[in-house]
Amino acid sequence: MGLEHALGDSVITTRIDAAINWCRKNSVWPMPLGISCCGIEMMALVDPRFDASRFGSEVMRFSPRQCDLLIVAGTTTYKMAKVVRKIYDQMPDPKWVIAMGVCTSTGGMYRTYSVVQGIDQFVPVDVYVAGCPPRPDNLLHAIMMIQEKIGRGESRSTPMTVAEERRDQQLVQIGI
Amino acid sequence: MITEVVDKLKANFPASILGVKEFRGETTIHIKKDDLIAVATFLRDDPDCRFDYLSDVCGADAYTPENRFEVIYNLQSLSSRRRLRLKVFTDESDLHVPSVTAVWPGAGWPEREAFDMYGIIFDGHKDLRRMYMPEEFEHFPLRKDFPLMGIPDSIPLPRK
Repeated sequence: MGLEHALGDSVITTRIDAAINWCRKNSVWPMPLGISCCGIEMMALVDPRFDASRFGSEVMRFSPRQCDLLIVAGTTTYKMAKVVRKIYDQMPDPKWVIAMGVCTSTGGMYRTYSVVQGIDQFVPVDVYVAGCPPRPDNLLHAIMMIQEKIGRGESRSTPMTVAEERRDQQLVQIGI
Repeated sequence: MITEVVDKLKANFPASILGVKEFRGETTIHIKKDDLIAVATFLRDDPDCRFDYLSDVCGADAYTPENRFEVIYNLQSLSSRRRLRLKVFTDESDLHVPSVTAVWPGAGWPEREAFDMYGIIFDGHKDLRRMYMPEEFEHFPLRKDFPLMGIPDSIPLPRK
């Protein structure tokens, strides 16, 4: 507090983590993965009526390299699961995932051989959105929850520590 | 009318036609499997038939000891606006059916679909791969003995 007192009102002090998280949460760039009807509601998210730019999330990028939020919007089949996972892997850390709609969250009404019964079987999911399809308001709420998570500094995709990475490499070397 | 077509077909292929069914104005002709290509070519080229458009090819599983699978060809004549359905039966022990891709090239994808879902093998098809299921999948999901929820671990998921 002594430093702030000395610098006066024109300068604030904070931790670098808090500043970065504050920046991050106000410019979450989504990777839209509209793989069925939920995708239409996801498109409505960025229109003037719902206006995701109020939350800094209007920049939908079609390259996973430029995104930090994966919105999986739609029924995910086993064949598509590999694609979803590949896109997730291509996104830079830290990253967050929204499972939009019941199909994505649990398989929904598609209780059948071809549909994955919930994408959390192969990617870590941060927020599940209920609805078939969910209204864009609902997805906005999910983005706000993601923002809260980012503000707290939480991410399920934390990069591996050096020790973990070294252990993994050793496991690969001995053939596990 | 469609009866002309049926009569002409009966006159030209007396041994190939196993039966004719009429239901709510739709005509279905059962064809002997080995004569399918000859009948199909005739239906396409004959000036009184001219079934130049193949709407769909689909499979079906009756789950009976004999003639378990059937392949259904829905034909349409764009000039006379007539429709006709052909049916061919096949057994679990002998899943081979001649491909009609040489007669109607559009049969390629629907035949792949029937192969994917029932395992019916279309002889003469140039690219008989799975249509919807992953390449490494080993089962045929629309067969009656396939469980609704699939066979556990038959399709691998990516590692978490």
